[in-house]
Amino acid sequence: MKLLEMSNIQKSFGDLQVLKDINLFVEEGEVVSIIGPSGSGKSTLLRCATFLETIDAGSIAYVGQHAAETKAAGGQAEYVPAGELKKLRNHFGLVFQNFNLFPHFSVLRNVIDAPVNVQKRERKEVEAEAMELLGKMGLADKAKSYPYQLSGGQQQRVSIVRALAMNPKILFFDEPTSALDPELTQEVLKVIRALAEEKMTMVIVTHEMAFANAVSDRVIFMDGGVVVEEGPPSEVFGNPQQARTKQFLEKYSD
Amino acid sequence: MSIQTMLLTLSEGFGLTLVIFFLTLVFSLPLGLVVALGRMSKFAPLRWLVQAYISIMRGTPLMLQLIAIYFGPSLLFGISLPRNWRMIATVVAFVLNYAAYFAEIYRGGIMSMPLGQYEAAEVLGYSKTRTFLTIILPQVIKNILPAVTNEIIVLVKDTSLAYAIGVVEMFTAAKQICVAPNSPGMLALLAAGVFYYVFNLVVAIIMERVEKRLAYYR
Repeated sequence: MKLLEMSNIQKSFGDLQVLKDINLFVEEGEVVSIIGPSGSGKSTLLRCATFLETIDAGSIAYVGQHAAETKAAGGQAEYVPAGELKKLRNHFGLVFQNFNLFPHFSVLRNVIDAPVNVQKRERKEVEAEAMELLGKMGLADKAKSYPYQLSGGQQQRVSIVRALAMNPKILFFDEPTSALDPELTQEVLKVIRALAEEKMTMVIVTHEMAFANAVSDRVIFMDGGVVVEEGPPSEVFGNPQQARTKQFLEKYSD
Repeated sequence: MSIQTMLLTLSEGFGLTLVIFFLTLVFSLPLGLVVALGRMSKFAPLRWLVQAYISIMRGTPLMLQLIAIYFGPSLLFGISLPRNWRMIATVVAFVLNYAAYFAEIYRGGIMSMPLGQYEAAEVLGYSKTRTFLTIILPQVIKNILPAVTNEIIVLVKDTSLAYAIGVVEMFTAAKQICVAPNSPGMLALLAAGVFYYVFNLVVAIIMERVEKRLAYYR
């Protein structure tokens, strides 16, 4: 089953077209990595998928339900009403590059606040689930700490737990390790790898090529607002077909 | 006039000073937030209106505003005013003036919040109201505390401006004592100065405590 279908996505900032007719389909249980140089549009694509940016044209659907649709060819994308959009948000979670934890909430409150107050779930049940997730991430003893007391790697793991606590069907990562040093990067990648093994559906925008190679079912290489090349990691990394892909990957080969 | 009588008269004036001070804070702090939100509204006419209001409140002397609000209604519109109008006008003028300053402090605090806080809340499904009240505002309050403390300390001293419309708050009382027959003279002004200073010392200590209370996160 396709969890996410994004078709013919177009997005411009002023005169600059950032996404030129992009398609992104994600199957349940699939791990998709999006790689590419800065400014290639990969983060914008993720921000469109998570409704942080609105698309100009194209369509977005989660589990077959449309969030935005372009009815007439060449027309503008129309979003569903806010209430329905809110429901669709329940399908996904997003992990930011800069974590964006709430600094005035304890770690536990960061994790349970939305499930309790937005999803209106039973506090006890949510708390038990949160503690279990934190334990799995090696953060059980940090539940009462505040974000500033944690390392970057720990903060990012908390933000992953925060996203998971909403029980999303699909989890997006926007350069989750770009703000971390190599050691902390490994610590976070390990967690994402463990999620992949549990068949969590994930879309990961990353500059960690070795990681993308190891963890992904499919790799998408973007440049200049288009998908240049797409396929299993063995193909994209092992046997790239496009000159641009080769050129890009060479910079990471050493 | 004995020193005891002087202190008694001064503390009666101090009572009025306290009333002006607390009523101003109680009304202008929340009103300032509302004004700040109006100032940042997407609805342009409201934004302009609020901008003009802030501009006038900050651009003219508080003393003039006191006089305008006290005399304006009867002089311009011939409205008959309640007996305690003097005090009401004082508090209204102070509240309107301070709300404008607090509004700009709130606005600065709100604008300095990282966009990521809004985005994280949005993705987690928080409503706009919930995001503002539980995520943004608590952090804003912590960040603007030093600026607010500054403003409150100015307010303590500004209360003396009420003398312009004949409110016998502490400073007015001190001046009256000075010119009274057999008065302790300048001692009254000195005593008033000490009152203001101690008052502000207490304000500073309380605000420092509040800041420490909110220092549990960064």
